Amino acid sequence: MSILTSLVLAAAVAAPPVTLWHGYRASEAQALGKVVQAFQAEHPDIEVHTLAVPYDAFASKLTAAIPRGNGPDLFIFAHGRIGDWVKGELIEPWSESGPEPFLGQTLEALTYDGTLYGLPVAFKSLALYYNKKLVPRPPQTTEELIAIATQQTEASAGRYGLGYPLDDFYFHAPWLFGFGGDVFDEAGNIRLDGPGMVASLTHLQDISLRRRIVPTEATSALVNRLFNEGKLAMMISGPWALGELGKDLDFGIATLPRVTQTNRAATPFLTVEGVMLAKRAKSPDAARLFARYLVSEPAAVLRAEVGRQSVATASAYEHPQIAQDAALSAFRAQLEQSKLMSNRPEMKLVWEPAKGALKAVMRGVDPQTAVQRAQARLIALTKPVPPPADPMPTMILFGILGMLALVVMVRSPKSQDQGVASWQRSGLAYAYLGPAFIGLVFLVLMPFAVGVGIGFTHFEGGQYVHFVGLANFKDILLGQSYGFKDPLSFYFTLGVTLLWTVSNVVLHVTIGVVFALILKEKWLRMRGVFRVLLIVPWAVPNYITALVWKGMFHKQFGAINGLLEWLGVESVPWFSGFWTAFTANLITNTWLGFPFMMVVTLGALQSIPAHLYEAAEIDGVSAWQKFRYVTLPLLRPALLPAVTVGMIWTFNMFNIIYLVSGGEPDGGTDILISEAYRWAFQRREQYGYAAAYATLIFFILVAYTFATRKIAGDKEMA
Amino acid sequence: MNFKRLALYAFLICSVIAIEYPILWVFKMSFSSSQSFALSGSLIPNDISLDNFSNFLGATDSRGQWLFGRQLFNSLVVAIGTTIVGMLLACTAAYAFSRFRFRGRRWGLMLFLVTQMFPGVMMAIPIYVIMDELGLLGTMTSLIMMYSITAIPFCVFMLKGFFDTIPRELEEAALMDGASQLTIFFRVVLPLAKPALAVTALFSFMTAWNEFILAATFMNEETSFTLPVTLQSYVGDYSTEWGTFAAGALIVSTPVVLLFFALQKQLVGGLTAGGVKG
Repeated sequence: MSILTSLVLAAAVAAPPVTLWHGYRASEAQALGKVVQAFQAEHPDIEVHTLAVPYDAFASKLTAAIPRGNGPDLFIFAHGRIGDWVKGELIEPWSESGPEPFLGQTLEALTYDGTLYGLPVAFKSLALYYNKKLVPRPPQTTEELIAIATQQTEASAGRYGLGYPLDDFYFHAPWLFGFGGDVFDEAGNIRLDGPGMVASLTHLQDISLRRRIVPTEATSALVNRLFNEGKLAMMISGPWALGELGKDLDFGIATLPRVTQTNRAATPFLTVEGVMLAKRAKSPDAARLFARYLVSEPAAVLRAEVGRQSVATASAYEHPQIAQDAALSAFRAQLEQSKLMSNRPEMKLVWEPAKGALKAVMRGVDPQTAVQRAQARLIALTKPVPPPADPMPTMILFGILGMLALVVMVRSPKSQDQGVASWQRSGLAYAYLGPAFIGLVFLVLMPFAVGVGIGFTHFEGGQYVHFVGLANFKDILLGQSYGFKDPLSFYFTLGVTLLWTVSNVVLHVTIGVVFALILKEKWLRMRGVFRVLLIVPWAVPNYITALVWKGMFHKQFGAINGLLEWLGVESVPWFSGFWTAFTANLITNTWLGFPFMMVVTLGALQSIPAHLYEAAEIDGVSAWQKFRYVTLPLLRPALLPAVTVGMIWTFNMFNIIYLVSGGEPDGGTDILISEAYRWAFQRREQYGYAAAYATLIFFILVAYTFATRKIAGDKEMA
Repeated sequence: MNFKRLALYAFLICSVIAIEYPILWVFKMSFSSSQSFALSGSLIPNDISLDNFSNFLGATDSRGQWLFGRQLFNSLVVAIGTTIVGMLLACTAAYAFSRFRFRGRRWGLMLFLVTQMFPGVMMAIPIYVIMDELGLLGTMTSLIMMYSITAIPFCVFMLKGFFDTIPRELEEAALMDGASQLTIFFRVVLPLAKPALAVTALFSFMTAWNEFILAATFMNEETSFTLPVTLQSYVGDYSTEWGTFAAGALIVSTPVVLLFFALQKQLVGGLTAGGVKG
């Protein structure tokens, strides 16, 4: 034993510190810090460095860093991506899980193709939160649940019996499994059209449309808020909600009820956070030692106590402090009644079509029809891998295109000599341009060329598979999977994108110019203050303000419908129809975008010589004439660049759509870039297909820009 | 005060109220003691708490090092560096495009515009590899390089458009007086382009100030992250600490507002390009 320990120690002394990347915040991060301290007290010779990485950047950072040898030794992440990571050679297997007994299914979660790839740290699943004042005893069956919820609902007062994000398949899954359904059939294929799915959708229709005991358009934020205010008797949520609930709220957490019709338990998905050993780790032995410590009983107790984590180490629950924690015990009990989420890459295809089915039944579509559509969409997304192609024809095509481009460039007319005679030498111009040009070539053009190249391959889950020639492009442009008018079709999305771009730019420029003109008036007091107040929407990070806008558009609780009702107008269900959802996106993005145009206009106005206005005033022209014949024509040259570039940004501005309408209804308001994004990061991470999409977007933008500039009469560019 | 002016004041005040309304909710969340996304009831929080601000300002890493100060410093270095590098490269390039007639001018101009059209989605990994090969990963230089290159095309276009409106006669006159080309550029052209310089400076600063994906990918220490990375780390996969996020968002946007306040004099400084009047 001592020889072994000293061997391990000797290896560790020579090795660099153990690095661990995680996504923990607040109390969980604090708990991890304590675990590290406790470990270092036992192993003073091993240094452990932790790094908190924002969730949004975590997966891409791992994919970029590990293959280049810049990755961590260990990282903590949910088990869902293990399939991709094994294929992409990002993680090392574990020979055995060690002496610690882990709770049921948690080791299975971290096993892929029979090999263990991580040690279970914690687990997460949904359970039933109930307000003890309103619900003295949690319901045991769905019949009881519906009875209590019906009794507690008073929609006109904004009070509801039950709440959860209705259109999120993760939250619907308990019903699906409770009604005896599954997402995989016996052969292991994904199926969304089984009888269990139909029954669970009928149940959803029953509670939402017929009984109306759940708030519609519910997001987690709305549900938490109503529950906090005592306006929601019960909510379905996970351990992450604990931090958002008020300290004086008296609530309990119970296992989800049994489904009365089937007598099966409503079974939520189980996700397991594992600590994974990265490939190319710098000190793998010390890392394994720390990982084992992290899941050991003392560390698990610390994490459960300080971080209130649902730890996967079984013996931790025997400690009195933890056994007394009602929330931890409740989730521990729910674990026995949960369904492990598959770590196969195919699982990623389920969410989008399933969400479509949930939304459809809540609009009143018959469940049978909804599941058939969902299955059809699932098949459309499950693209068969295109066969390997011979690179020769594509190379020849590239060669011809390259030659053509060269011919055009060489034959382009020589610029006429203009301007100051002695400044003709091109050499000086090239010197002025050189640095910026070199930067562009290395940091933009080269990465782009690589991206375009990827479009000609099948590249999935971070892995190059094979060359496929033009197959991805053909599939996007000529794919027969869906009709032209289907929101998923390239041409429909292109139409929406053009509409989105034009309407945004028109509004941004108009509003920006109006404010700029008002704010330049000399008689206006506190101009500086007004100017600063008007650029605030640009200054505040839009991640939060876009979500505030989304909340303001809520059908029942939003400020905008409140205002409409006050004005005597009927409230609008913003996200149910295409035009209203599009308008909601447009209003939000206009709010975010006009300050930029205002600032540009304020600057551009300075290029108009004051004497022109003086002359106009002497001639006694009206204010409108002054704007029309002096301001506007002279504003154009300085404003046109901003308009052109603003247009290109808007064309690719997907995060507002993602945050506000989320593509509602049914992907209708998605634009081209959101499609590329979905292929790249959801839908099995088909990078090749996404790259082809991005390349097409690029060519459309080139054509669109030059067309609009020609219309705008810009001789320089056209 | 006449009726028209009163009407304009009324319009302006109503617009400002409507425009600030969503921001007020961000304020409410930042002062609330809960971490939930508040969007109901009154705009005035029930209990005013400064915990969210102290959470954001007082965060430390696992070794107890104070993060806010370091990250503010990083953010300032990166954003100011980007502004300087970006403006320097953009001014020279825009001047060349505006004043010189040379072979490849049109194609060059198009190239600058075209770089804006590449969807960034697919470029992250190649950029990472390039930075790694250059040995710049983990340095602020890598971020300054990336952000300047991102900001330059717009700046070049904006400045070129503005330079075009400055009469050449001024430069010719200076040349006659025996000024060198550099002197003309720095002493004649740039001062006249102040409003456009203010716009592009603000834009370059913002480009660097709010970015977090590249910063989180390139940097490997919490002490070398920029502020937006920490801000974004309050957003988890299941839940977000909205209170802290809101407080952080307000803190992070303060320097931008201050910068704009400082720059606006240049922006509307009443500097006319009318030097050749008459």
